Amino acid sequence: MAEPLLRVEKLVRRFGGIVATDHVSLDVAAGELHAIIGPNGAGKTTLISQLTGHLEPHSGSVSLGGRDITYLPAYRRCALGLARSFQITSLLLDFTAADNVALAAQAHAGHSFRFFANARKEKGLRDAAHAALDRVGLLHRADVVVSKLSHGERRELELAVALASKPKLLLLDEPMAGLGVTESQRMVKLLQELRKEVSIVLVEHDMPAVFALADRITVLVYGRVIASGDPAAIRANDEVKRAYLGDQHVVTHHG
Amino acid sequence: MKSFTVSKAVTALMLAGLVLLPLYSQASGNVFILTLFTRVVILALAAASLNLIMGYGGMMSFGHAAYLGIGGYAVGMLAQEGVGSGFIQFPVALAASALYALVIGALSLRTRGVYFIMITLAFAQMAYYVASGLARYGGDDGLTVYKRSDFSGLINLGNRTQFYYLCLACLFGVLLLIWRIVNSRFGLVVQGLRSNEQRMQAIGFPAKRYQLVCFVISGMMCGLAGALLANNTDFISPAVMYWTRSGDLMVMVILGGMGTLFGPVMGAVVYLLLEEFLSQLTEYWALIMGPLLLLIVLFGRGGIMGLLGRFNRG
Repeated sequence: MAEPLLRVEKLVRRFGGIVATDHVSLDVAAGELHAIIGPNGAGKTTLISQLTGHLEPHSGSVSLGGRDITYLPAYRRCALGLARSFQITSLLLDFTAADNVALAAQAHAGHSFRFFANARKEKGLRDAAHAALDRVGLLHRADVVVSKLSHGERRELELAVALASKPKLLLLDEPMAGLGVTESQRMVKLLQELRKEVSIVLVEHDMPAVFALADRITVLVYGRVIASGDPAAIRANDEVKRAYLGDQHVVTHHG
Repeated sequence: MKSFTVSKAVTALMLAGLVLLPLYSQASGNVFILTLFTRVVILALAAASLNLIMGYGGMMSFGHAAYLGIGGYAVGMLAQEGVGSGFIQFPVALAASALYALVIGALSLRTRGVYFIMITLAFAQMAYYVASGLARYGGDDGLTVYKRSDFSGLINLGNRTQFYYLCLACLFGVLLLIWRIVNSRFGLVVQGLRSNEQRMQAIGFPAKRYQLVCFVISGMMCGLAGALLANNTDFISPAVMYWTRSGDLMVMVILGGMGTLFGPVMGAVVYLLLEEFLSQLTEYWALIMGPLLLLIVLFGRGGIMGLLGRFNRG
């Protein structure tokens, strides 16, 4: 088997006495859309944060394209082709949509110790920004300040920002969170398009979306992987049913 | 909206006033006003430099007056040792400020928020006490600069008008530089970091590196103001580094409008003129000044520039 794009091995992260990530291992092949599901408090965001470099694991390793990135800072991982969206939208609120995306493009166009030329007039950066905005259907809102965008638009902008860095792997932390039905459908459609171009790790609560999109699904409960496989296998898995899909309230009670 | 605004008109008026001031001073024979405004221009330069890190960069430095002292002592100490050339004094003032900013910044930028304010304050107070301990250079009492920086006939700093225009040119130069920086790639990164550091790291920017460079640029600009200040007063003492002076600079920036190009200049002009005017009225001028500043900051969010901006929407 070829080297997977992302390999996570025996990752452990504790908060006090709680083991939020408990020996988690998973592989994401190039071109795959890999979903991570689990009830609230299962440690999904903790896991994602260790993948992006916002949190350091206590043991275990993460490698991207065969390179160990376990302890690399976030900005270095980004340079290696890892981009993320945040569960709670995290954007530059006082910048326009286009500025937000252009900055992501700028981060990947050499260093930014350029002090004199007007960056907003750099055609390369603006074009890249507009292309990414167009990709998510936000081009007509390019010059609107982010604080004036709707929640749904901000979620799409998060995607555009991630795309502008031309990533190999996209980590999406609940891109559907807080979206209405039509907005969610649009997002699913968008992800269906994007997955043709880039490998994706998707953390999501929206089960119909996950089962519609994922090639493979990993199920986390209490920080542990209890199952991993294609959607059909996960659906048929008794342990998953018991722990998560069918008997949710028992688990969420702890979350 | 784009062509004419009240804030633009007021800014233009103020700048024109600054340029024409020496003419008025000569015509009216009022020498004092030129001396006063030389100080205003120099401190406006210092405030503008603070605005670069505080307004645009979100780095609340509470120790910016240290650079006034460093720039000033560079001039004073060199003059005392017989090095009178401005071509040496000014570069040394800038280099010393840059070095100080580099060290202080590298340490301070490990912290955020209140801790950053406190640590920059602490370092500035350290600089204050170091200067107080320089027995050879006057210690607590300060150091008289007997001869202003000598620019070999290029410009005579002893001439009030020439010196004023030198200060004004420095201010305009620095404003031009800030304007270019703020709109450059570098400037966007620094402002992005103010807005959302986590996001900037996630899209691939090493935050501290950019903030540190910005911190150093700002420090050098303020060091320049310090070198001018020592020439203006013919005197330099530890008092210019005291924390209340850093506070004055912060107030000027906030009063004028943080993160606006001309706000700090406006703030410096208003603050220093108010101080001058009120202190002539009464000994207890601070009792009027305090509430006045409070009102402007409370009701004019965004300072004077913010207030002026509101005329257009109304």
